[in-house]
Amino acid sequence: MVDITPADAVPPAEVAEMELYHPHSWWTKYVFSQDAKVIAIQYSATATAIGLVALVLSWLMRLQLGFPGTFDFISPEAYYQFITMHGMIMVIYLLTALFLGGFGNYLIPLMVGARDMVFPYVNMLSYWIYLLAVLVLASSFFAPGGPTGAGWTLYPPQAIMTGTPGGQDWGIILMLVSLILFIIGFTMGGLNYVVTVLQARTRGMTLMRLPLTVWGIFTATVMALLAFPALFVACVMMLFDRALGTSFFMPAIVEMGEQLQHGGGSPILFQHLFWFFGHPEVYIVALPAFGIVSDLISTHARKNIFGYRMMVWAIVGIGALSFVVWAHHMYVSGMHPYFGFFFATTTLIIAVPTAIKVYNWVLTLWRGDIHLTVPMLFALAFIVTFVNGGLTGLFLGNVVVDVPLSDTMFVVAHFHMVMGVAPILVIFGAIYHWYPKVTGRMLNEAMGQFHFWVTFLGAYLIFFPMHYIGLMGVPRRYHELTATTVMTESAHDLNAFISIMAFIVGFAQIVFLFNLIWSIRHGREAGGNPWRATTLEWQTPETPPAHGNFGKELPIVYRWAYDYSVPGAKEDFIPQNMPGSFESSREPA
Amino acid sequence: MADTTVTHIGQTQPRPAGLQGVAADWSSDQRAFKNVSWGKAMMWIFLLSDTFVFGCFLLSYMTARMSTRVPWPNPSEVFALHIGGSNIPLILIAIMTFVLISSSGTMAMAVNFGYRHDRRKTAILMLLTAALGATFVGMQAFEWTKLITEGVRPWGNPWGAAQFGSSFFMITGFHGTHVTFGVIFLIIVARKVWRGDYDTGRPGFFTSRRGRYEHVEIMGLYWHFVDLVWVFIFAFFYLW
Repeated sequence: MVDITPADAVPPAEVAEMELYHPHSWWTKYVFSQDAKVIAIQYSATATAIGLVALVLSWLMRLQLGFPGTFDFISPEAYYQFITMHGMIMVIYLLTALFLGGFGNYLIPLMVGARDMVFPYVNMLSYWIYLLAVLVLASSFFAPGGPTGAGWTLYPPQAIMTGTPGGQDWGIILMLVSLILFIIGFTMGGLNYVVTVLQARTRGMTLMRLPLTVWGIFTATVMALLAFPALFVACVMMLFDRALGTSFFMPAIVEMGEQLQHGGGSPILFQHLFWFFGHPEVYIVALPAFGIVSDLISTHARKNIFGYRMMVWAIVGIGALSFVVWAHHMYVSGMHPYFGFFFATTTLIIAVPTAIKVYNWVLTLWRGDIHLTVPMLFALAFIVTFVNGGLTGLFLGNVVVDVPLSDTMFVVAHFHMVMGVAPILVIFGAIYHWYPKVTGRMLNEAMGQFHFWVTFLGAYLIFFPMHYIGLMGVPRRYHELTATTVMTESAHDLNAFISIMAFIVGFAQIVFLFNLIWSIRHGREAGGNPWRATTLEWQTPETPPAHGNFGKELPIVYRWAYDYSVPGAKEDFIPQNMPGSFESSREPA
Repeated sequence: MADTTVTHIGQTQPRPAGLQGVAADWSSDQRAFKNVSWGKAMMWIFLLSDTFVFGCFLLSYMTARMSTRVPWPNPSEVFALHIGGSNIPLILIAIMTFVLISSSGTMAMAVNFGYRHDRRKTAILMLLTAALGATFVGMQAFEWTKLITEGVRPWGNPWGAAQFGSSFFMITGFHGTHVTFGVIFLIIVARKVWRGDYDTGRPGFFTSRRGRYEHVEIMGLYWHFVDLVWVFIFAFFYLW
């Protein structure tokens, strides 16, 4: 029965009130804003805009792959440029920026009960440097020779040679400069996110009461701060190789019958640096998705998350392990077998915390009061997609299985499932979930359902056949596949089918974008807490939250974020800032 | 801004022992690090990230040095100065290192006087630190000039592996850039100390935050880090 003990002794405030920068004009309020929420929207809009470019690039690639020989304007060079820019934009400028810069900025201060990020000015600089990085990247489309076509991994020596599009033109230089800018900008934001979570929480908000969204974004940011340096160094060194003629990554090499000036460098060194960044990067986009999806599932199933502490430790464990698996991307680089053995082992060990998370999501759903809202649909779709993508990871994580599958469409299908489709599904779910807080209005449900089903089923129709094509031995990154012997007639029909599906799924995203704009004016009024959720961002006095987030008094936190359907409570959710304690709560002691 | 030191600990319950106690301390209410302000925490985490940058630079240099099949120039000869009729190995680097380490000493004294609110001494010691840092950069410029006149280029040198010049210019250049930024910010903070901004609580121009004498210490953290990195560069590049 109800057992409400008197309010806990509230710990006194350790952190003095934050001095906020109060905007003086329209410019400092909406453009050069130091408010994390405005910065979040700026980040999200920029990431979405450049992400649309990457979406169009994927259509162009699918046009060529599905209907080779039909489109004259897609030359082999152009095709490689499409591949490269599609990959780089999606991984770095869309996913990383949207999860950390977008969701991180919006949700961290609100969820931990802070007025803003700890250093709003630095946070603002972070966005503007990110924007500059995006502009430099986009400018390479208009530069002589076009953008780089080195593949998103930018492997030397080919990345800076004549045969590769942009290799001896502007393309690769602009790409490297853009990445360096991105990393500088991200570091400014990332430091803010980490310090805000560690040092600026409100009273009562221990780390073990944080919503898992914050745990995911926080851990991913820490990883990014340690992984991006490797990419930074790799970019600087390759920039020197290209611009100054050094030979960090360039071995002695003959091009078009001519001995180049380079010699003595190690292309493998680049691969190590790149993947020391590249593998954690996979989890930099996956961990925020893990965190967000935990909150979506718990809220929309009206049940506390199963095994909260295990979920936290799994996030931290995955983050730590992901720094010792990078060479599983390099099994075919000629490494020592013991080396491969080590990396295969660590890779497979990651399956343990990951499986814990999947089981806990499923157990959270178990006997829950599941509301099949649009965010919930996306969250459920994420679980199945992530399991599917993860299972093919077991194939690719083993050296002997990976070697024949390496550089086939199987790999493309694998990473699109696990780090393309799965996190994007979470992003969609999260947007449907938090849009009411950002705008005060709900997204249109009918359009949302349409968007979900087309995207979800379409993604499977795109990527399931791709596994099959890959197992047949069809290599990735080939401009024209009909002439190769591995491509049978029926497999080619499948390829055309994949392309058509890709167009359909792509157009469904336009419905989504329309929904985003339409609902600002015409969506249903949401109120402050439409999902009846417990976390602090739903308890703000205003919706959308005003500058400073919480009105006069910061909220005080009395419980964890997952008190749903507590027996004896008046409602099926207890906000984190509601005083009193319930014996029947499942909060870990 | 947050207080530097904690005046009271929020938790009243007894804490668990062992590893659980460690976890409880880390995850404790409001702040993970009780006596660390936001600015200091941010600087520490930035330095951790920067450590990875320098770590990657140095590891890449070591990889290049170990895997090249061309002989590596002998640092004792390359970095020797011809003084008084004989070649003295590493003399310039020794002086540079001495200057930089000394600047760490003056910086530490500046921090001490900063916390005593001794504006004059703090500012003078910070400017002295900046002067020593500038001297270091100046000597580095001299060293670069000397090597360039002897024919060392990023893409090659007269004595052996081309990666010698590329690694040298890249790593010392990156470190020198850090020192230069440090000098600039030392001067800015010294000016604020001199003007008494930290006594009057004058808000920052961009941030509208009030500065505190702790900024001197945060500045010092960065400066000591740059010195520490130099020790590693010195060991791995010049002494190897």
